[in-house]
Amino acid sequence: MKPAPFAYHVPRSLDDALRQLASLDNAKILAGGQSLVAMMNFRVVTPDHLIDINSVEGLSGITVEDGRLRIGAATRQRDLEFSTEIAWHCPLMRAAVLLVGHRQTRNRGTIGGSLAHADPSAELPNVCAAHDARIEIHGPDGVRTVPFAAFNRTFMTTAVEADEILTAVEIDLWAPGHGYSFHEFARRHGDFAIVGVAALLDVDDGHRVTRASLSLCGVDAMPRRLPAVESALIGRVLDDGTIDDVADMAGDLETIEDHHASKSYRQHLARILSGRALREANARACLQKARAAS
Amino acid sequence: MGAKQFGARVKRLEDPALLVGSGQYTDDIKLPGTLHAAFVRSPHAAATLRGIDVDAALALPGVRAVFTAKDLPPAMSKMRMPQLVPNAAMQTIRTQHCLVVDEICHVGQAVAVVLADSQYIAEDGVDRVQVDYDVRQAVNDVRDAVKPGSPLVHPDLGSNIVAASPMAYGDVDAAFANAKHVFTEHIWQHRGGGNALEARAILANYDLMNDMLTVWSATQVPHTTRRMIAELMGRNLDQIRVIAPDVGGGFGPKATMYCEDTVIAQIAMQLRRPIKWTEDRREHFLCATQERDQYWDVSIAVDDDGRIIGVRGHLLHDSGAYLPWGIIMPYIAATTMPGPYVIPAYRLDMTVVFTNKVPTTPVRGAGRPQAVFAMERLMDRVARELKLDPSEVRRRNFIQPEQMPYPVGLVFRDGKPLVYDSGDYPKCQEAALKLSRYQDFKPRQAEALEQGRYIGIGIANYVEGTGLGPFEGVTVRVLPNGKVRVITGATNQGQGTRTTLSQIVADAVGCSMEDIVMTLGDTAAIANGLGAFASRQAVNAGSSARIAGLEVRKQILRVAARSLGVPEEQIDLEDGWAISRSGNRQSISFGRLSFASQGMPGFSMEPGDSVGLEHTAFYMPPQAAYCSGTHVAEVEVDVGTGAVKVVNYVVAHDCGTVINPLIVDGQVQGGVAHGIGNALLEWMQYDENAQPITVTFADYLMPMATDVPDCVIEHVETPCPLNPIGAKGAGEGGTIPAAAAIIAAVENALSPFAVFFADTPLVPERIVSALTTANAYRRRHAQK
Amino acid sequence: MTVKQAIAVTVNGKQYQREVEPRLTLADFLRHEINLTGTHLGCEHGVCGACTILLNGLSTRSCLTFAVQAHGQEVTTIEGLAEPDGTLSPLQQAMAENHALQCGFCTPGMLITLTELLRDDPNPDDAKIRETLTGNLCRCTGYSGIVAAARQVAKGGRGIAGD
Repeated sequence: MKPAPFAYHVPRSLDDALRQLASLDNAKILAGGQSLVAMMNFRVVTPDHLIDINSVEGLSGITVEDGRLRIGAATRQRDLEFSTEIAWHCPLMRAAVLLVGHRQTRNRGTIGGSLAHADPSAELPNVCAAHDARIEIHGPDGVRTVPFAAFNRTFMTTAVEADEILTAVEIDLWAPGHGYSFHEFARRHGDFAIVGVAALLDVDDGHRVTRASLSLCGVDAMPRRLPAVESALIGRVLDDGTIDDVADMAGDLETIEDHHASKSYRQHLARILSGRALREANARACLQKARAAS
Repeated sequence: MGAKQFGARVKRLEDPALLVGSGQYTDDIKLPGTLHAAFVRSPHAAATLRGIDVDAALALPGVRAVFTAKDLPPAMSKMRMPQLVPNAAMQTIRTQHCLVVDEICHVGQAVAVVLADSQYIAEDGVDRVQVDYDVRQAVNDVRDAVKPGSPLVHPDLGSNIVAASPMAYGDVDAAFANAKHVFTEHIWQHRGGGNALEARAILANYDLMNDMLTVWSATQVPHTTRRMIAELMGRNLDQIRVIAPDVGGGFGPKATMYCEDTVIAQIAMQLRRPIKWTEDRREHFLCATQERDQYWDVSIAVDDDGRIIGVRGHLLHDSGAYLPWGIIMPYIAATTMPGPYVIPAYRLDMTVVFTNKVPTTPVRGAGRPQAVFAMERLMDRVARELKLDPSEVRRRNFIQPEQMPYPVGLVFRDGKPLVYDSGDYPKCQEAALKLSRYQDFKPRQAEALEQGRYIGIGIANYVEGTGLGPFEGVTVRVLPNGKVRVITGATNQGQGTRTTLSQIVADAVGCSMEDIVMTLGDTAAIANGLGAFASRQAVNAGSSARIAGLEVRKQILRVAARSLGVPEEQIDLEDGWAISRSGNRQSISFGRLSFASQGMPGFSMEPGDSVGLEHTAFYMPPQAAYCSGTHVAEVEVDVGTGAVKVVNYVVAHDCGTVINPLIVDGQVQGGVAHGIGNALLEWMQYDENAQPITVTFADYLMPMATDVPDCVIEHVETPCPLNPIGAKGAGEGGTIPAAAAIIAAVENALSPFAVFFADTPLVPERIVSALTTANAYRRRHAQK
Repeated sequence: MTVKQAIAVTVNGKQYQREVEPRLTLADFLRHEINLTGTHLGCEHGVCGACTILLNGLSTRSCLTFAVQAHGQEVTTIEGLAEPDGTLSPLQQAMAENHALQCGFCTPGMLITLTELLRDDPNPDDAKIRETLTGNLCRCTGYSGIVAAARQVAKGGRGIAGD
C-alpha cells in the first residue's frame, strides 16, 4: 500500500498555488491529508502533482468580527477544538469537531479538507449546512463565495472546480445563548457517523421557538437541511410530544443505504437523533433564557 | 526447592526492548541488496487464468524480475500446499498451489510476484502486469454452496462438500422421543479475522557459502514453516533455517502455511538475493485466513426441572476455498459443545463446505466460540421457557468436581477420548456470580429501568481443550560464563513466553531470571518444534522447561558436590551459585561448574557424569488439558440507536496452576476484547460475488479502548494432573464464551420487549429491527 | 519515478539530511531511510495508529504524512522518549508495570499518543484516556493495562508503581 509517484509542490502564496493548479495536469491539493493520503496509499487516487498548501500564507486562522466567524481553510480541526472563539461563539462546531476522527487525525486534518472531501457522513460539512455557511473559493478569475446549499453538489462532489482552491468558511453567528446540539450515531468513537444531526434553536422568553435549523448527515449524498421541520418548530414550545412529532417528520426522509446501514435504519436514526438533538438544543436555549432573565 | 518466580507477578522480560523501539520484527531486519516483493492478486473470486503479460512491468526501471507459476521450478509449481491435519472424514484435501496455475477460487489469490528495488516500485510493477481471466460464477454463502446446482468452487471435484460426518454418543433419538420439552435454535456466527497489528511478513536469504537458506517470518510456527518450505522446494530440511523474530501478534492466522512463504524463499534462492515481502493490511483482509462462519440448527431436550436429556443438531461450516487446516474447526466445535454439562445423549452432524472465500483456519478460539455460543443459547432458552434463572439451569446440569476425570463420550481432535482431566465448574460459576453481584442485579436493573436505562446481565460457561501435543522441546544449558541458555521451539507473539519459561527455569535450576538468555522460534537452535496454537505453549514448553531445568539442577549438584567436597543434599543453588550449607558456606559459581563439567583434556569423565551442564526435554502430553470458566457480562443498551455498551465484565476461570498472574490476566483481558469484537463489531463481509467489502480498519471494526471495560478476573486454580507444572492453556478462554455472555446480557436488558438473538455480530441495526418488530417504538420513553 | 528532493528533518533531536522521492511516507523515511524501526506500520490508512509520531510536538500519523512534508520540522519517535542515559520515561515504566503491551507492535503509537496527552493534560480521567486512545488499536491487551499505565502516571506524577 504505497502511493504511486507524483511531483511535489510547495507554494508559499495563494497566487502561486493557483498558478500551479492551473498549469499542472492531474494535480491535487494536499491540506491535512487525512483522507487524501489514505486514498493515495490504496492507489484509488493517483495524482501526478501534489500541491501542498500547508505553507501558504494566510490560509489558516479563526476570527470573529461583526457577528461573523471566519475560518481559514487550512485551519486544523485541532485548532477548532481548542479555540475559545469557537467554543464561545459557535458551540455547535465545537461539539461536532470532538466527534471528528481522533486526536491524532484532528492534529493534521483541516476544515477545508473536510469540506472539500465532502464525505456524506462527515460532521463539519453538516455544521456548515446547519449554519448556512458561505464557502470562499479562489480561482484564476478571483474569488467567489458560494452558499453551502450550493456548495456540496452531490456525493463527494463540491462546487470547487479543478482550477480552484477552497480558502475559507464564513458563518453568520447566532445570537449568544442560542440552543445547539450535535448528536450522532457512529459504531465506534471517532468513526464516521451513520447518521448525525445538527440542531440550532432560538427561543423567546416564553420558550417559543423563534428560529430553527436542523441538518442531517449520513442520510443523503450530502448534508440535508430539513426546512419543513424547521418551519414546523417556529412558534412552538417544545414539549416531548411536539419534539416527537417533528422528529417523526425527520424519520420520513428518503435516505441512502450501503453495507454500513439500511435505509430503514437510517430513517430510524434520523428520527431518534433528531429528537435527541432538538431536546438538547431546546434545553440549552431555555436554560440560557432563564439565566438571562434572572 | 523454594518456588520464587513460579506463580509470581513477574514483570515481563520482553518489555524493555519493545518500550524503546528496539524490537526486531521481520520488516525491521535489513540485509544489503534486498529486493522487495509485491504480489499480483486476483480481483475475481472464481476464475480461470488465461494468460499473464509481464513485459510492461519488467520494463519499469527498478523492477528486477516478475515470477509466475511458470517461473518456479516445475515440480514446485505443480505441487499444492501441504495438508497439515488430514482427517478420515474428508472427501478431499484440496489446498492451493504456490502461485496460481489455472484455478482461482478466492479474491486475492497470488497470480504473480514482482521483485523490485523498493516496495514502492514493486507496487508500480504490479499495476503494470496484465492478466487475462475467464471469470466463473462464484458462490459466497455456504448455505447456497450445499444446494444442488450451486456453482462449484472446484469444478473438478464435482461437489462443494468437503466432509459430512456425525459426532455422537448415546441414544439421542430415544432421548428426544421421550423428552418433556424440546427447544430449537438457529444460530449463525460471523466470519472475522485475527488481524494482528503486524500483518504477515517474510525475509529470505540464501547464503551460497554455507548452502543455507535463512527465512525470517512473522509466524507462530517456524518449524512447521520450515517443513513446508523443504517439502515444496525439495530441499534438505536442515539446510533451511526459519526464524520467528519479534512477531506482532498471532491469534491463529499466523499458524497457517501460506504460499507466499515458499515463493519468497524460492525466489531468494533463484535470484541469489535477499527477498522481503511485508503484507499490507488490504492483503491481510484478502488473503490471511479467517474464521467463525458457521450455521447451527440445534435442539435441546430437557425434563421439567431443566435437566438435559439430549442435544442434537446440525453444523454447517464454511471452509472457504481451501483446507490448509483440514476440518479441525468444525471438529473442535462439535466436540466443545457439551461443555461443562452432563449431556446423556448427543449427536451433531457436521457438513463442511467450500465457498469462494479465503480459507477458514483457527482464529483465537478455533471453533469453540461458535460451539459455546450454540450451547449457551440453548441453556438460556431452557431458562426462559421453564422460567428458571439462567444460573440455576446451568447449576443443575454441571458435571461435578468429584466426577473428574470425566469422559464425555467423544473423541477430541487430538485423537484421544475426550476426557476432562480436572476442573470445578460449579465453583467457577459461583465465583463469577459473586464478583458480578449477580444476586443484586434484578433490583439494580429495575432501578435503571425507572430511569429509562436498559441494563442486562448474561452468563456463559465453557470448557476448552488446550495444551495440545505432540510435544514442545526445551534445552537448558549452563554456559561457562554462568549464564543459562534456554532454547525452545515455542514462540512468542506477545504471550510473554520468554518470561514464563524463564520463571520456570530460574526456579528449577536456581539462577536469577536475569542470568537466563533465551532463544525462541529458531529452527537452527533446536531440531524439532511446533510453536503457538491451541493454547499449548505453557503446558508443553513449560513442562519441558521444568523437566530440563530439574535435570540440569541434578547435574549441577553432582559437579558441585565434587568441587565443594560436601554431599549434594548439603548444597543450595541460588542466583547462579552452588552454596554449601555446612561449615563456612563455601560456594562456587555455575560458570565454574560448567567449565568443570567439560572434563579435562586427556582425562576420563567420572562414571555417570553428563557432558556439560545441559539437558533437552520433550514433554509429550498424553491428551489435552481442559481449562474452563464462567463469564458474566453486564451491558447497557441504547434502545433508541441499538448501541450496546459492555459496562462490566467478570471472568472466573481455571487454567490450572497460574505461572504468572500478570501475564494470564493480560491474556484473559485481551481475549475478552477479541470476544467483544466477535459479539458486537467485527464482521468480514462479502457481496454476492464473494467480493470482500470490509477490507479496511474503517470498515472492519476492531474494538477500541472505549469498547472494552476492565475485566474483573479471578483465577480458580485446579492443577492439571497430567503435566508436571499443573498448567492448562490460558490464551483463548477470554474469547471463547464472550459472545454468548454478551448476547445473553443484551437479551436480558431488553427483556421488557421480549426480543431474542441468535447471531453475531449483533449489530445495532439488528437490535433496532427486532425492537421495531416488537413494537418497542410505540412507547415514547424508549426514544429519549 | 519522480525526481528526488533534498530534505532535512530533525528526529529525536538529531538532524538527518536525505534525498527522497516525494511519495515516500514519513513512516517509511523513519523506518528505512534513517533506520528508526520503532515506528510501526499496521494499516497504512490512518486508523490503527501504530505509526503515530510527534510532528512538532503533535501526534500525527506518519503513514498519512510524506517525508517531504517534514522538511525543516521536528519529529519525535518511540526511540526518543527515554532519557539520553537510557532511563525509561515514567510512562514507559508504567507500561511495563501494568502489562500494557504484549506483542509490542501497537506500543510505539500508544506511547506517543499518551505522551502527548499527559503533557497537555497531566491529570486526565479514565474517560479522557480511553477517548484519546481510540486513535490507536491494540489487538492483544484489551487496553486495560494501557489505561492503567496512563492512570498511574497521571496520578502519581512519578510513574512508579505502588508506593
